[in-house]
This record gives sequence, C-alpha cells and structure tokens, in this order.
Amino acid sequence: MKEQVTLAKALNLGLRSAMEADPKVLVMGEDVATLGGVFRITDGLKKDFGEHRVFDTPLAESGIIGTAVGLAMRGYRPVAEIQFDGFVFPGFDQIVSQVAKLGFRTQGAFRASMVIRIPFGGGIGAVEHHSESPESFFCHIAGLRVVACSNAQDAYDMLQEAIASDDPVVFFEPKRRYWEKSALDVTRTPTESTFSSVVRRSGNDVTVVGYGPTMAVVEAAATAAQAEGRSLEVIDLRSLSPLDLDPVLDSVRRTGRLVVVSEAPREASLSGDIAARVTEEAFYSLAAPVIRVAGADVPYPPTRMESLYLPDLDKVLDAVDRVLSF
Amino acid sequence: MAPSDPTGAAGIGAGGTPAAPPPHRVVAGLKATTDHTVQLLSPEGELTPTALSGEYPLEVTEDLLRGLYRDMVLVRRFDREGNALQRQGQLGIWVPLLGQEAAQIGSGRALQPQDMAFPSYREHGVAWTRGIDPTDLIGVFRGADHSTWNPAETRFHTYTIVIGNQVLNATGYAMGQRLDGRVGSGTDGGAPDEATITYFGDGATSEGDVHEGMVFAAAFDAPVVFFCQNNQWAISHPVDQVSRVPLYRRADGYGFPGVRVDGNDVLACLAVTRWALDECRSGNGPVMIEAFTYRMDAHTTSDDPTRYRTSDESEAWKLLDPIERVRVHLVRHSTDSAATAEFFAGVQAEADELAARFRTFCLEMPTPPPDRMFSEVYATPHHQLDRQRAEFLDYLAGFADDGGAATHGGAR
Repeated sequence: MKEQVTLAKALNLGLRSAMEADPKVLVMGEDVATLGGVFRITDGLKKDFGEHRVFDTPLAESGIIGTAVGLAMRGYRPVAEIQFDGFVFPGFDQIVSQVAKLGFRTQGAFRASMVIRIPFGGGIGAVEHHSESPESFFCHIAGLRVVACSNAQDAYDMLQEAIASDDPVVFFEPKRRYWEKSALDVTRTPTESTFSSVVRRSGNDVTVVGYGPTMAVVEAAATAAQAEGRSLEVIDLRSLSPLDLDPVLDSVRRTGRLVVVSEAPREASLSGDIAARVTEEAFYSLAAPVIRVAGADVPYPPTRMESLYLPDLDKVLDAVDRVLSF
Repeated sequence: MAPSDPTGAAGIGAGGTPAAPPPHRVVAGLKATTDHTVQLLSPEGELTPTALSGEYPLEVTEDLLRGLYRDMVLVRRFDREGNALQRQGQLGIWVPLLGQEAAQIGSGRALQPQDMAFPSYREHGVAWTRGIDPTDLIGVFRGADHSTWNPAETRFHTYTIVIGNQVLNATGYAMGQRLDGRVGSGTDGGAPDEATITYFGDGATSEGDVHEGMVFAAAFDAPVVFFCQNNQWAISHPVDQVSRVPLYRRADGYGFPGVRVDGNDVLACLAVTRWALDECRSGNGPVMIEAFTYRMDAHTTSDDPTRYRTSDESEAWKLLDPIERVRVHLVRHSTDSAATAEFFAGVQAEADELAARFRTFCLEMPTPPPDRMFSEVYATPHHQLDRQRAEFLDYLAGFADDGGAATHGGAR
C-alpha cells in the first residue's frame, strides 16, 4: 500500500502511530500544539490526542530537555522538538549532563527514554543559526543514539523505533527534504532495526557514504557518474551513533575507494571518524585515501553563499575523480 | 550598598533603630535574618509566638524534638567523619553540610514516602531522612560509583553535580505527577497524592535552569517545592552580590508563593516544608522556600574559606547553631531531666558507632570490576560498545598474573 508522501507528512504519521500505540508518548516543544510546529510536523496532534499529550512549552530549550528528563523518569516517553538546529545549544548542557548519563549514573534504575527531534542542515535560505549540522557534537557523547532519516519510509519507521527505544535518541530531520515526496507504506513492518546502514544503490568502483540531507546529492552523483561509466555504491548511514560500519567496510573491501559526504564542517567530525575507522579496519583494501566532501570549517555562511558551502553534485563527482585517479 | 542590600534594612536608622553597619562590618547574611523570616524555635531554644499561632502550625512534642535532634546529631557526626576521611586521603572529595542540618532534616522529614526528591550534592541529611544509609553516600566521594543507592526505590534522586540541572528534572517529574492525576485527587482509598521537592543553593539561583524550572513549574502548575538552601556563599561569592532582593521574593516574579524560613530552625523548616508539600499535593503548587542558613565549613574539602570570609562571620553564626538550640530547649523544658541526660548520652554513643561504621565501610569498600565501566551506558545492546568491552576484557585477560582485572581495575 505504497503512496507518495512528503517526508514531513511521514514524520507526522510516524508520531501518530507511536502515540496510538503507547499512551505514555508525549509531544512537547515550542509551538508544537496549536500551530503544529513551525514545519507543521506535529500538525493536528493536539486536536487528536489532547492537550495533555501534545503541549506547547515556554520558549526555553534547556527547560524543554530538562523537564523531558523528569517526565521520562516518571515513565513517560517525551518527544521534544527543537525548532532549529542552531537552537539546541541552550539545551546542550541537559543533553550532555543528564539525558546521556541518566541510565549509567543510576545503573539502569532510571532511563531517559526520550526523543529529541532536530530539523537540521542548510539549503533553505534561512537566517543564521537555522542551517547548521551539529550531529558530531552528539555522536561524541556516550549514552545517546543519534540517527538521521533521509526519505519518507525511513522517517516513518525510524521515528517510531526512536520513540520505542529505551535509550535517548537525538533524531535529525533533513529540513531541506521535508517537502520532497517519496514512497511510504504504513502497513509494512520493518523486519530489522532501522538504525543501521543501508545500501541504497549497488556499485563496484567507489563507495559513497552520506546521510540525511546529503543523500539526495549522493544519489544524484551516482546517476551522473553512471552516465560516465562509473559505478558508485551508495550507502545511507541512518544511524550516526552507534555507527553501523560493517556495510561500509564490506563495500570498501570490494571497491577499495571511499567518499564520505556530510554538510557538517570537516574538522573533528563524524566524517573524520568514518575515515579513521575505515583506515583502521580496512587499510589493506584501500586503493586511495578516504576523501571527505564536507562543509568548510567556517560558521555557516549567509544564504547567498550557502551554495558555495554545501556539498553539491560537482563536489561529489570531483571527489570521485580524485579517489579514482589516485 | 543599597542596591545589593537584600532587605533594605541598611537604610533603617531613624526612630531609634541602630543605623546599619558599614559594609566592611556586615557579617554575611545576618543583616537579613530579622526580616520576614519564619521561626518557631529561637536561637536561645525558646518556642516563638509564631510556633503557637502562626501560619505554619506544628504540634511540637518532646518526641518530635528528640527525633529531630537525633537526626541532626547523627548526620553531623558522619559528615565530620567524611571530612576527616578526605583529609586522610580516603576520599577524593567531601562536600560538608555542617551548619545546614536543620534545613535538611526539617525539610526531609516533611516528605512522605510517595514524594520524590531531587538533591544537589550536599544533601546528606535529606538522604538520611529518605532511609538511605550514610555508607551509600561514600561511593560518590571515593570515586567508586555515581550513585550507590537506588534512586527509584528510595525516591531520592542521584546527586547532581552540574549546578541547577536537577531543578528542571524535578519540574518535569512533577509535571508527570500532575499528568498521572496524583495531585489534588484526595486520598480516599487510592494512591496518595504526591509532590516533588528539589534542593539547590543560593549560587544556583543565578543559573538559567533554575529560572526555567520556575517558569515551567508555573506554566504547568507543577507540584514542586523549590527548596533553596541559602548558605550565603557560592564558593567564594556572597549572595548579596548576585541578588538585589531576598531570594524568596524571586517567587513573586513567577507568580507562586515564596517563603523565607530560618534555616537553622529545624521546627520552622519542618513546618514550612510540610505546608508547601501539602500545597503541592492539593494542587496549589509550586512553592519556593528559602532556608536562610550558613555553611559553617568549606564549600568542599578542596576549598579554603579563609581566603574570602572572616572568622567573625562564622563565630557569629555559631551562636545560631541548629542543634544547640534544640538541645537547650530539651534541657530547659523536658519533663524528666534524668531521662533527657540519658537520651543525649545515647544519641552521642549512637553517633560514634555510626561514624565508626562509616569509616570501616569506606576503608573496606571494594573497587568495582573493570567491566562496570561499560555497564548500563545503554539500555539496549550497542554493538560498537559491546565490541569495545570484549576487546578490553580480552586485553586484561592477557596479563600473565591472571589478575589483569585486579591490577588494572583495582589500582588505588
């Protein structure tokens, strides 16, 4: 029963499904109730599930995260929305100090079973602090799971898995792709965890890894490369922490070449960690250094310059050329 | 001095009232004690008129006083032992509560079993009232554990080291109590109504989390008591340099009651906190309480208070000692002086036994096995971490003495 829906709609449906399945699931955040969120991801949930399960909070990110921890300790499963990527930092202290460590500190007596939804990435022409890719900060924190969806089916499935998880999940949503339609089958039950890497497209020459917003660029690059007679294997990480690296390693062992594509700045990043681990674990399979296509190590630029900053088709194809010509 | 004078008392000078002392003569906190502070037992050990007819009624019996006295003496005794153990190199650090026994025992004894408490890191006395054995506090300070007690069963959360974080967690928990219908329901036959209390110091009131906790509590009518132990100093920074108003008056800005209580008066702390928790359980929360007290010792054993405060100051506060005033009251007013003397001796013996047990437990405390480091980081399997743990244990097992675990995990 597949239909074409936007990624935003799939998230809404995923939330609905989770809320129907478990009365302990709460939706909270700035403007999520009456307005339905600034991106309308939570549209209609208050009407259908009531103001006690879907509620607007005061404008305070530490407050949202910190009270969600207390609600989780009480047995609820809060799904907290952070309005934009660059606004998560006032809540960062609570995420690092409390959310990530609650289970370890209490030896499992309490769990911060909660989801923090963050629309992330650039390309929408927004003002400062609205286009960032802060995922590496969260991947560095033990105790969190960090995931990023890239299409409607994953958005629907992964959000439900995140809500059902007893561990806290930082859930990154590629806001640039909110309005893109792709196939969704709500009757389908995933047979394995959606928090694992998945091969989107098979190929033999170069492995290209992406996640979230960069998947569109990576898949377009694979199509363009094919026209030039180059076969790219495309992998969507989906889970950023823990990294499901085995499919990447398997692929690199065949292709010998790896390109990692991420919008985040390159310094001390997730893309750097992937490159390091592939080097550590598949060194003798590599025919070329791992090449990263990433954001520049600058603050996210003003919108008229963001096309210069973001990984695009040409940058990915150029990286493919480089690993092939090494 | 006017902008930072917490009570405005510095301006009083007319009508025969002595003029306020110049700033360098002011002893921290004391200048504010006369203003709007609930007190039931005076420093001289006499019940105040407020105790008999005030807003916070309390049936003061000899049994009650003896119980509170015993609590405070025992807690002070193991606190002093903790300090000594740190000085002898057995603990990495100790956070002394000396001087704050009344604030902690009074408020802690006001809690009912179903209530939840979110401490900061100095609340050894509150832990005592929740039935947590003092030996359970040692792991944190010896570096063996983050929390040896079970916070879900004792309904006393783990210590929170980051200043103010717990205030938001407590507010969220209280929001959950309300969502669960455990507020204002009456107690006929069903589970009793609940409240949450959270502890923080005067320093924490500068933190955004405390402010946000109060905003959220007000917005969601959360049944939470914000119990601020104003011990006058945030390490070296005095409270009158961070607030232009007495801390309890900050509650006005959030639209819920704020009460200042004599934090060295265990009866007042008990009565006011009991009232505040009842307000929360009945649906009239939140409430803020400022317990006006004093930290008689250092901030922690790493601190040197002689660098920032005078001995005059602590000498002045000694006259307000929370334990002494209860002892004096019992001596003066007990119905059987022989029994009272026996009681004091008994409590002292009990305190010494507790201290000895505390010390022995500390010295004999085992270091957790190495794989404890990897346990409970995640609730569900985490393949990456599982692999790392296996590799680490394999590495330890490779040592020839077959004691790799002990060698590497047991070093101290």
